[in-house]
Amino acid sequence: MKFVSEYRDPKAAERLAAAIRQKVTRPWTIMEICGGQTHTIVKSGLEDLLPKEITLVHGPGCPVCVTPIELIDKAVAIAKRPDAIFCSFGDMLRVPGSSKSLFDVKAEGADVRIVYSPLDALKLAKQNPEKQVVFFAVGFETTAPANAMAVWQADHDGVENFSILVSHVLVPPAMEALLSSNNCVVRGFLAAGHVCTVMGFEEYLPIAEKYKVPIVVTGFEPLDLLEGIHMAVNQLEEGRHEVENQYTRAVRREGNRPAQKTISEVFEVSPRQWRGLGEIPASGFQLSGRFQKYDANRRFPFSGEPARESPECISGLILQGLKKPHECAAFGVKCTPENPLGAPMVSSEGACAAYYHYGRRQNTSVQPELSGPSSR
Amino acid sequence: MCLAVPGKVVEITDGDDPAFRRGKVDFGGIRKEVSLAYTPEAEVGKYVLVHVGFAISVIDEEEAQRVFEYLKQMGNLEEELGEVRQ
Amino acid sequence: MADAKTPAFNLSCPVPRVADDRIVLAHGGGGRLTHQLIEKIFIPAFANDALEQRHDGAVVSLNGARLAFTTDSFVVRPLIFPGGNIGDLAINGTVNDLAMCGARPLYLSAGFILEEGLEMETLRTVVNSMHEAAAKANVKLVTGDTKVVDKGKGDGIFVNTSGIGIVESSFDIGPQSAQPGDAVIISGDLGRHGIAILSVREGLEFESPILSDCANVWPSVEALLKAGIEVHCLRDLTRGGLATTLNEIAADRNVCIKLEEALIPVDEVVQGACEILGLDPLYVANEGRFAAFVPAAQADAALEIMKKVEVSQGAVQVGRVEETPGRTVILQSRIGGNRVVDMLSGEQLPRIC
Repeated sequence: MKFVSEYRDPKAAERLAAAIRQKVTRPWTIMEICGGQTHTIVKSGLEDLLPKEITLVHGPGCPVCVTPIELIDKAVAIAKRPDAIFCSFGDMLRVPGSSKSLFDVKAEGADVRIVYSPLDALKLAKQNPEKQVVFFAVGFETTAPANAMAVWQADHDGVENFSILVSHVLVPPAMEALLSSNNCVVRGFLAAGHVCTVMGFEEYLPIAEKYKVPIVVTGFEPLDLLEGIHMAVNQLEEGRHEVENQYTRAVRREGNRPAQKTISEVFEVSPRQWRGLGEIPASGFQLSGRFQKYDANRRFPFSGEPARESPECISGLILQGLKKPHECAAFGVKCTPENPLGAPMVSSEGACAAYYHYGRRQNTSVQPELSGPSSR
Repeated sequence: MCLAVPGKVVEITDGDDPAFRRGKVDFGGIRKEVSLAYTPEAEVGKYVLVHVGFAISVIDEEEAQRVFEYLKQMGNLEEELGEVRQ
Repeated sequence: MADAKTPAFNLSCPVPRVADDRIVLAHGGGGRLTHQLIEKIFIPAFANDALEQRHDGAVVSLNGARLAFTTDSFVVRPLIFPGGNIGDLAINGTVNDLAMCGARPLYLSAGFILEEGLEMETLRTVVNSMHEAAAKANVKLVTGDTKVVDKGKGDGIFVNTSGIGIVESSFDIGPQSAQPGDAVIISGDLGRHGIAILSVREGLEFESPILSDCANVWPSVEALLKAGIEVHCLRDLTRGGLATTLNEIAADRNVCIKLEEALIPVDEVVQGACEILGLDPLYVANEGRFAAFVPAAQADAALEIMKKVEVSQGAVQVGRVEETPGRTVILQSRIGGNRVVDMLSGEQLPRIC
């Protein structure tokens, strides 16, 4: 496949890995923001090619992982309505809410459908005028233009039985929140390439300057990631902290202007809850102006029980890169993909799921002899 | 949330509003209809990056070559210097 | 600024989900939940030696003859897909299960559960395909049954086929014979059936359509046996794909199966479909493909024989069996890194993330 296969070439990969090995003189911790990048890293075993001085930590770049539990509960409640068709990307279906996931209620008879695009959900609304069609609008800035367009077209075409449940999160505020924490161990970032395709990368310049960290806008194929790491290592070794663009074939500095225009017409920036991280100001989108009538949160009042918490899941520490999944006492023991305690184990991009599926099963926090309930 | 796949535009249909501009995009032999609302500069024969049914960028083919040019230079350098230090 | 006493972030986490009280779709996916269902409910209820083998079919002795006996149910949607329909699947699926025991397929039964309202024309098409597939496989459909259920209680047609064959190998072919040192060969490229099905469901358009690889693989197995290849194990790759099949064997035998991604054949268009949908070809269903475990020394000979038979002309060695780490399938990626290929928990869902 053009623009895909050539970025998986083994010889080129080895060359880039060798270049990294040659440049590195001391340990560096680099974080890749986007779950899609985590997926590639783990799937291709990319870390095996890196020198031991480089530690990659996986950031909170999984919108599935960070969608607040209250929103899952809300989605489940809407899906259970007999007059509703609830549409979602496949990723969200298995995320556990306080007591159920969308998959569970689907099994119990709710009309839950997996769609590939928000426009599919709009089409369903037009085809089923007697039903309320609700779309779970989850994602980073990458998905916002698509969700905005679905709402814009609904408004243009006068479709009233369509609404979206918004859980959009923004990357730069999350990065700032991570960097401003005392515990931050990350020295360089691989910024999410497709987020930047939409938004450009100008908003990262003040972050790089304020926190003195190199930020490299990076793509998603193995060669992209290796090149991005190479560029980050170069900056770190040379004491620079700039924003650079590795993903030049897709990302321009100013991003995609038409997409940004539609986003700003339909959405406005708002505070957001990040599951595992808490509330971060100005870190999400909500519908604005005349498009507020498409907000499923307003359309369907919800009086559910408050979300229940469990102390065992350390997803917050994982999402900040402070701990690795296998350092969690529940990992692989109480918390598995079939029985997830937290979202990072459910999402295919979640750090815990990635670790579990791709082999790092060794739970390093569990004591060797387990003769009773382990305490932590 | 970033699965975006590159494909070649093979057909374009304009709507009454640029928001409704659509195209058929070929992904290595599979064709899907894609919204071109956000890539007004897309033309038949060009490659676009598609995410959840929307083209979000036209692929800059020259830039796409860049990393390979760089690697080629590195390769030439290796030959000049002898073995790559492992 | 946060300090140790007042953490900057609140930790929140959901209550654990346990899908234990109801059947979910994932129980039929062929992955971990299916296995749990079999282990927790079915095997304890029916425990016997043949069942314990957990192979595609059971080999039983009857008056000195070794017979293979198998059953399979077919619930595919859509009923008719590029390259076949539920009828071909029903015949070839059971024929292949018998072949995986090293048995020549001989007699089949067919049980139909039809949904009220099903078009007669559809039924005719399906039955016709079954007739053709059976003729091609040289098997006779000797007995059958038909039931009809209310509209809404079935997917048009559900079919169950059971089959009997006569074992023609002199040794025990089955997972119990797979061992360290074996070469792992697959009979052709992956993912065609799953993508053919999804292409209809997802409305994918192809320049030249991807056809299901649904086919009878006995000719290939027969050729191997006739040539005297010491076949240790045969397994057809159905739901859950190559990854699931190999995980089952690795777990059964407590061995490690090492694969090389660069050697695993996937057609370009199938790969493209997987890219768009966010699927991994290793987990996509096949219907006319099988894996063979043979001693490493006989791998080349086996490949030569398989390539001469039409249904396995794309045969290739993709890996080998090693002792450790046990119960694991490891893949060396194209760029040289390693990862574990795990069993799926449930259905592989298309993803956008």
